[in-house]
Amino acid sequence: MSRLSSQIFASILVNAIYEMRNYPAVLLITVLSPLSFLTLIFFISGGTLLAVGIVGGLIMSMFSAGTSLQADLSHLKNDFKLQDMVVGSPTKASVYVAGMAISELIYASPALAILSILFALFVHVELVAVLGIVTVMLMMFLMSISLGFALATFSSDIVQSFAFTRLLSLLFTTLAPVYYPITYIPLPWRYFAYLSPTTYAAQIGHVLVGFYEIPRNQLMIDWAILIILTALFLWIGMKKARWREK
Amino acid sequence: MTRTGEITCEGITKVYAGGKTALSTVNFSIPAHGIFAVIGRNGAGKTTLARILSTLLEPSSGRASIDGLDVMLDAKVLRERMAVVPQEGRTVAWMTPVQTVTTYLMWRGVGYKESVRKAEEAMAQVGLEGQANRLNRTLSGGMKRKVLVAMVLASDAEFIFLDEPSTGLDPISRQELWRLLIELGKDRFVLLTTHYLEEAERVADRIGILNEGRLIASGNMEELRGHLKHQYSLKVPEGANLLVKEGEKITLGNGQVQVLTTRDEALELSKDLIQAKTQFSVNPVTLDDIFTYMVGAMDAEVTEFKEVEEE
Repeated sequence: MSRLSSQIFASILVNAIYEMRNYPAVLLITVLSPLSFLTLIFFISGGTLLAVGIVGGLIMSMFSAGTSLQADLSHLKNDFKLQDMVVGSPTKASVYVAGMAISELIYASPALAILSILFALFVHVELVAVLGIVTVMLMMFLMSISLGFALATFSSDIVQSFAFTRLLSLLFTTLAPVYYPITYIPLPWRYFAYLSPTTYAAQIGHVLVGFYEIPRNQLMIDWAILIILTALFLWIGMKKARWREK
Repeated sequence: MTRTGEITCEGITKVYAGGKTALSTVNFSIPAHGIFAVIGRNGAGKTTLARILSTLLEPSSGRASIDGLDVMLDAKVLRERMAVVPQEGRTVAWMTPVQTVTTYLMWRGVGYKESVRKAEEAMAQVGLEGQANRLNRTLSGGMKRKVLVAMVLASDAEFIFLDEPSTGLDPISRQELWRLLIELGKDRFVLLTTHYLEEAERVADRIGILNEGRLIASGNMEELRGHLKHQYSLKVPEGANLLVKEGEKITLGNGQVQVLTTRDEALELSKDLIQAKTQFSVNPVTLDDIFTYMVGAMDAEVTEFKEVEEE
């Protein structure tokens, strides 16, 4: 095992494998959150929003991985002072976060697996559309882990940190049109939805599964905004997060 | 880079956002081996100093180096050679002691199998073989501290920073920790911050006294004793009839008066106190006396007596 993989694996062991092994109940919440929303949407829409809900669930799972990262990093940093021990070791910030981010993906994997099976069974699209949705999911993940890391390094209290996690989750995955189409929001309220980066991701996803159509140039604008926001959040994560304190 | 074998601070100052000055122009140079204990009252700047030296915190000004490596410019190289247990550092609740040490070593770049082997060895060194696979949250406070010490013990770090590792431990656990610290200090540099003066006196090779962000004294016990004119301490209840010819009388504020004096004067005073059937204690000055004199005396009333020789 190389030095780098050893350092990454350490984060995965601490934040996923050992935690799941000793506290299996934490797994349930990551599985139930996206599925409970999907169930609700399915029954309310009489099944018509199933494809939209599945894509929404996939986007939510990826975004939630980042917000969970923020909560977990804050918990490890403030309650156990683990981050100080790692800062004073040869592990670099980027390596520590990479390991922690992978651990969040491992947590999200049961929900992602169930949603992927539902996607294969009930959503019939071409491979290009699948690749598009996977790209959107990856961008959501990168964006949210960058934001999560930056916020975690600034937080000094776990209660404050959990409040942020819930707030981000509420604004970006519950209120924002992720599980339902943006067309359901009447004007002028719809414009507020565009303040959330998840709106662009979900709109691309909903178009790719063929739930509704938007002009080609609007789709290109959605992609461009998503790429710019991902790059911006990555920059914030890399440049603005505190490793050594000032 | 030239290896200096020293830990050096040159004018280290730290002013936190909000204007609080935690350290003010701290200067010292000590050998980079053995145990250096930093003592001081709450808010004296102990943790700030430890965090700056262990590359966790940027100083506002000044320069600090370890074995010739600048803590700001050469942090990456230094982190290969140091290990840190911060103040209030705790073991992760859902892990076992072996898992805690294993993952710490992996963060230091050691492979998984080697980390497990070293972690198990460290468990034996700190006397936790029987508890190695219990969840940390089920361990006592003393055991949890031992797990953190096992982490740095298992590492190959040359410079170890332990910020108040014994806070909250019972006397027996503290003594067990001291044994481990002394073991660590045999072939590495350990910077230890502590509130317990007895701990510093028992384990440290050198002691630094911080007061309100300033390093007011530093050295081994002999050198610290040199800050006091008199080497014997006598403590009596306030109001006791005591005729001090030579020495310093300090009102401690706890109903006691301390007299720092010479050996002969202490003997004479003791005779008087025995005759007067007054309760008292007498002993060569300890770190406690030095600390009280240098830090506590700032709040206390000090009266100096000097015998005038007859011509």
